[in-house]
Amino acid sequence: MEERIIFAGFGGQGVLTMGLIITYAGMLEGKNVSWTPSYGPEMRGGTANCNVTVSDDEVGSPVIIEATSVVVMNRPSLDKYESYVIPGGKLFVNTSLVDRKPQRKDIEVYEVPANEIASELGNLKVANMVMLGAFVEATKVVKMETVLKALPEVFGKGKEHMMAINEEALEKGAELIINMVSTK
Amino acid sequence: MAKVLMKGNEALAEAAIQAGCRHYFGYPITPQNEVTAYMAKRMPEVGGVFLQAESEVSAINMVYGAGGAGARVMTSTSSPGLSLMQEGISYLAGAQVPCVIVNIMRGGPGLGDIQGAQGDYFQSTKGGGHGDYKLIVLAPSTIQEMADLVQEAFDIADEYRNPVVILGDGMLGQMMEPVDFENVKKTKRNLPEKTWATTGRGNREHRNVINSLYIDPPVLEKHNYVLFEKYKRAEQNEVRYEMVNCDDAEVILVAYGTMARVAKNVMNIARREGHKVGLIRPISLWPFPKEPFKKTVDQVKGYLVVEMSMGQMVEDVQLATECKKPVHFYGRPAGMIPEPSVMLEKIKQIAGGAR
Amino acid sequence: MAVVFEKTKGLTDVPFSYCPGCTHGIIHRLVAEAMEELGVLDKAIGVASVGCSVFAYEFFNCDMQQAAHGRAPAVATGIKRVHPDKVVFTYQGDGDLAAIGTAEIVHAAARGENITVIFVNNANYGMTGGQMAPTTLIGQETLTTPYGRKAEVNGYPIRMSEMLSTLEGVAYIERTAVYDVKHVIQAKKAIKNAFLAQIQKKGFSMIEVLSTCPTNWGMTPVEALKWVKDQMEPYYPLGVYKNTLEEVK
Repeated sequence: MEERIIFAGFGGQGVLTMGLIITYAGMLEGKNVSWTPSYGPEMRGGTANCNVTVSDDEVGSPVIIEATSVVVMNRPSLDKYESYVIPGGKLFVNTSLVDRKPQRKDIEVYEVPANEIASELGNLKVANMVMLGAFVEATKVVKMETVLKALPEVFGKGKEHMMAINEEALEKGAELIINMVSTK
Repeated sequence: MAKVLMKGNEALAEAAIQAGCRHYFGYPITPQNEVTAYMAKRMPEVGGVFLQAESEVSAINMVYGAGGAGARVMTSTSSPGLSLMQEGISYLAGAQVPCVIVNIMRGGPGLGDIQGAQGDYFQSTKGGGHGDYKLIVLAPSTIQEMADLVQEAFDIADEYRNPVVILGDGMLGQMMEPVDFENVKKTKRNLPEKTWATTGRGNREHRNVINSLYIDPPVLEKHNYVLFEKYKRAEQNEVRYEMVNCDDAEVILVAYGTMARVAKNVMNIARREGHKVGLIRPISLWPFPKEPFKKTVDQVKGYLVVEMSMGQMVEDVQLATECKKPVHFYGRPAGMIPEPSVMLEKIKQIAGGAR
Repeated sequence: MAVVFEKTKGLTDVPFSYCPGCTHGIIHRLVAEAMEELGVLDKAIGVASVGCSVFAYEFFNCDMQQAAHGRAPAVATGIKRVHPDKVVFTYQGDGDLAAIGTAEIVHAAARGENITVIFVNNANYGMTGGQMAPTTLIGQETLTTPYGRKAEVNGYPIRMSEMLSTLEGVAYIERTAVYDVKHVIQAKKAIKNAFLAQIQKKGFSMIEVLSTCPTNWGMTPVEALKWVKDQMEPYYPLGVYKNTLEEVK
């Protein structure tokens, strides 16, 4: 098993954190993991992305060109990374902030209105957790229970008050996928 | 403590502290800023010294002062900063002051960019500063290896009384991987006491002088021979490399650092497609590992050196193979990652007898 | 027989390599005597710079490090941060300290680095044969100002003591001269004060000493001493520029 994932969006949407949570959870499950962020001046308010590999084997290139999954939180990220998904791979689109349909027909597309769900929950900031819930449910790259274990480690002290809503957001995202599959 | 998830820059800083480094002097530069930030936070916790210098020029000279005074000392920087340090590095080598210098390389020349690149191979392995000297240069390719080699680097520096360079790149500095600090791979060494350090004379009979000035040519010549005896010892004892799938290989990829990880992926793909491909990964860039090439040169059709530069290590591979077999090169500068598809294509060409 | 005069233990037996009439020798002796009298020779670590005093590590009878041109304050910083209870000093000329090493001296002073700097100002680059220094006076002829230093071409000489004394981190700065006995005695007092400032952990201290270079100035030693008094001193006034010592002796 080797999952090569790109998380992309605006700086501030928490895409680096999404990647970190998966990386941390992968490590907790004893897999080989690697997390590589984009970095540089463009990060401040601009686009941000990270490359995450979760593998049973030694992790090779930390830079992902052929992604098994791509998660895009905004339109520029879809434009940039749609082509990175391998045939048969998965593309997760935050439809709240993406105003076009993906063009690829050889991949599985998951449409998640992450911002809308987050605002229903009362906090727009957890849109990334909604998306992450959907991503974990659809890919099974790590177990949801491991993600819950990873959360406090990644967020650290001072974010305890966010734990409940983060977990709720993860559940909502996962539910969306479960319902999607059952209606197919 | 189990494995911890850390950025390369943070892991190398923590590894230095665990190796007993209590003095760090540096200057901010991307993409190694996490080292300075980490040191600024951790050094006071362990009773050490973190000092932000006014320039890399000053930082390396503070390293010279502290190393000469007997401390385990480190600095870290990225490519343009290392250029500024060259003067001090020459003095460190000349005066035989041990220290660890980390270069998290970025694209050049000039201000270049801030993406991980490998354009400073020549600068690190062939001099960079003035005069006849050598630096021991170690190139990790994972965050765990970064932690391992940083700890080893301090011991090597002390054993040889010589600066040791950790040559990484922006990618290794920025990426996160799990690190196990408890099971660090380290060579057992009997490190000599630093009887030469300027600690204040105290009851010592003689004065200790840290110096690289020998105005009398025959005396300087002798000093140079002393240095080169030492470098010869390093060439015998400090060569490190990894060989993968080389036993039956017809084509061997050669790469170091981050590039070796990409190369390993490509090797696996090529193997699955039925090509007999191996990998040589130099870990010590100086002394450069010649043995793996001596062992394989008769059996292979050719080597493919891949670098995140326009081709620097490739020259050492040509020397090591004595040009007995074709040494091909593929690289991209500026922090662009050489394409696996191009590497595969070239492997097929070499396997098909391309010269 | 009673000992009337004894060489300071602060100097080795290596003969000085300075030109006849050059006052580097006097300044070396003052620094050495000051260290001996303060009882800090066994814990002193000196930093030699680049210039005529490049061989200072041969002469001072304590642990020494030789530094690259201008970098002595950075090297001294490294040493002091390893051995905060030792007495660390640099011995630098005007080219070293006020030209190539400007950044290092300014930032060592700004940090209040607890070191002592002996700054020898002889208004030219002595070792390389007498070129213009940052301290060369307007009108002064040197190898690289053969028609005299012109302000419109080379700008103005830098007064380092005045400049550095504006910095918060500075504990003690005094400019002195050694052209006659009275001033030699005062210079030694100043150097002792600078070391005292360090021993009292007050911060950065520097003693600027106006010095001669008869060889490159093309003068006899006596003429050179007079030139310091008549030409240099008016532009570089002697005196204490900053003093935070608890008690000045």
